[in-house]
Amino acid sequence: MKDQNIIQVKNLTKKYGDFFAVNEISFHVKKGEIFGFLGANGAGKTTAMKMLIGISKPTYGEATVAGFDVFKNPEKIKKNIGYMSQKFALYDDLTVNENIIFFGGIYGLKRKIIKHKTKELLSYLGIEELGKTLVGSLPLGVKQKLAFSIALIHEPKIVFLDEPTGGVDPITRRQFWEMIYEKAHQGTTIFVTTHYMDEAEYCDRVSIMVTGKIEALDTPKKLKEIYKVDSMNEVFLKLARGE
Amino acid sequence: MPYMVQKTNRKEFKMKKFKGFIKKEFYHIFRDKRSLFILFGMPIAQILLFGYAVTNEINNVNIAIFDKANDAQSEKIIQNISASNYFNIEQIIYNEADIEKSFKKGKVKAVLVFEPKLAKKLTKDNKANIQVITDATEPNTATTIINYVSVILQKIQMNLNKDIKMPYQIKAQTRMLYNPELKSVFMFVPGVMTIILMLVSAMMTSISITREKEIGTMEILLVSPLKPFQVILGKVFPYIFLSIFNALVIVVIGYFVFRMPLEGSYFLLGLESVLFIVSALSLGVLISTISNTQQTAMMISLMGLLLPVILLSGFIFPIESMPRPLQIFSNIIPATWYIIILKGIMLKGVGIAYLWKETLVLIGMTIFFIALSIRNYKIRLE
Repeated sequence: MKDQNIIQVKNLTKKYGDFFAVNEISFHVKKGEIFGFLGANGAGKTTAMKMLIGISKPTYGEATVAGFDVFKNPEKIKKNIGYMSQKFALYDDLTVNENIIFFGGIYGLKRKIIKHKTKELLSYLGIEELGKTLVGSLPLGVKQKLAFSIALIHEPKIVFLDEPTGGVDPITRRQFWEMIYEKAHQGTTIFVTTHYMDEAEYCDRVSIMVTGKIEALDTPKKLKEIYKVDSMNEVFLKLARGE
Repeated sequence: MPYMVQKTNRKEFKMKKFKGFIKKEFYHIFRDKRSLFILFGMPIAQILLFGYAVTNEINNVNIAIFDKANDAQSEKIIQNISASNYFNIEQIIYNEADIEKSFKKGKVKAVLVFEPKLAKKLTKDNKANIQVITDATEPNTATTIINYVSVILQKIQMNLNKDIKMPYQIKAQTRMLYNPELKSVFMFVPGVMTIILMLVSAMMTSISITREKEIGTMEILLVSPLKPFQVILGKVFPYIFLSIFNALVIVVIGYFVFRMPLEGSYFLLGLESVLFIVSALSLGVLISTISNTQQTAMMISLMGLLLPVILLSGFIFPIESMPRPLQIFSNIIPATWYIIILKGIMLKGVGIAYLWKETLVLIGMTIFFIALSIRNYKIRLE
């Protein structure tokens, strides 16, 4: 089971009319890996991710997530994944506890487990005294970590993070990546999109999408060797310019 | 496996999820002052407003009297007029010039001018004239005043002719059925009920669904194991309750405060109201599928739903007197049919035997709206 590919994608395509938003991409993600999914805005990474999490139907191609087919079993996929959007979407007018209870509830967690998890989660985030605070009044950094923890509340095998560090300061970003590392060590697969190239360095492997296609896919170290540059930023620029 | 979802009793499970969803929805509603106002303040404010302020009846209208006759007959007529609740003699005028002055001051809405030697003329010529001058800047009030005065004069005339047999006489024996006192509040209660249900059901749901889209939680919900229709059902469900509650409040206020009759079956009234609520809710869902922001949803609801309901459903302006194209258009407004049903049940006391056609139209519309929103939703997910 160790080397099993938890995400397997072959020629996955999404067409809007004549436009290929995602053009026959193929890749795989290993269990427990931090997989960086990079690309400029509009390169198709969000569309690709939406197909994998079951809220957008591929035009054609093949993909399995957590062992389930995206065409045949999107519902089973949904039970096995977590998702955090770039908006850190939580309910601002609900308290921290109420948000946890609600999201735990829709994943079908039992009351007892939710209670236990709430305690664990608050102490992990160091916000024990904020359980009854409205989420709307939390600082952005805390909200981000809370959204991440809630996305993991049902202990999914994979968590999809859509630009999870947008708008937060560098220190908070660093702390957030530490959380991601920790979860990856515990065996959760992390699929993360970002356009911060320094963050790409933290990933085990990265793929770079340009206009609907995956142009490069390897470890950050290898990619830098191939393109003979010092940073992922330069790799990205080279690819984006089509060199 | 660390995966903790228990596979016990799936049905119980679904109910629990649903309960959690509804609870959350009520948190949203009760923590938002704006929603609270629309949900609970608005119905009461509107019904009282329409009931008391906006009315076609006249009550205690200020008038002036210019009595050139000053005899027993004119005195009797003036007495009769001031005894009615409709008029309040505000001013006595003694010369022609003052007539226009009093109108311009805006103090009176009508002036009654009695011709000189009224009593004498009446006995000698069998004929006397009273001039009714009204302020027609408000045409409806003016006409109503004239009608009311005529009715009072007719009564007096009938008393005079009591003992005399007229050779030929054709008389219109009128009876105003279902609303003999022509109370406009009987018209407004069904109308306000329709508006409020539309507002709560369609506008509030469309706003609350688009709100989730705007803050991004809709995406999270769609990625969760909840099915899209469960998400929508969960959003819509609380509003069914609130709408029913509102309908109840309006009926109760109408009944106790305005003495609105409730002739027909309460059960049928309830069923038809739930039907209308569901049709309005499906409209709300439909609006939410075509708008991405709360503001758009609100604008579409106000312009696309509320305005037609107020102007074209027969609530304020009778459909029969609209131009033909608007008459046809009024047919595609669910509220038109619901108002007919409401008036039928409340005022006429008729049952389903008379209202099945309107009910079927409403059912048909509801199914159509639901189908359309499901289709739109699917397109979005494709």
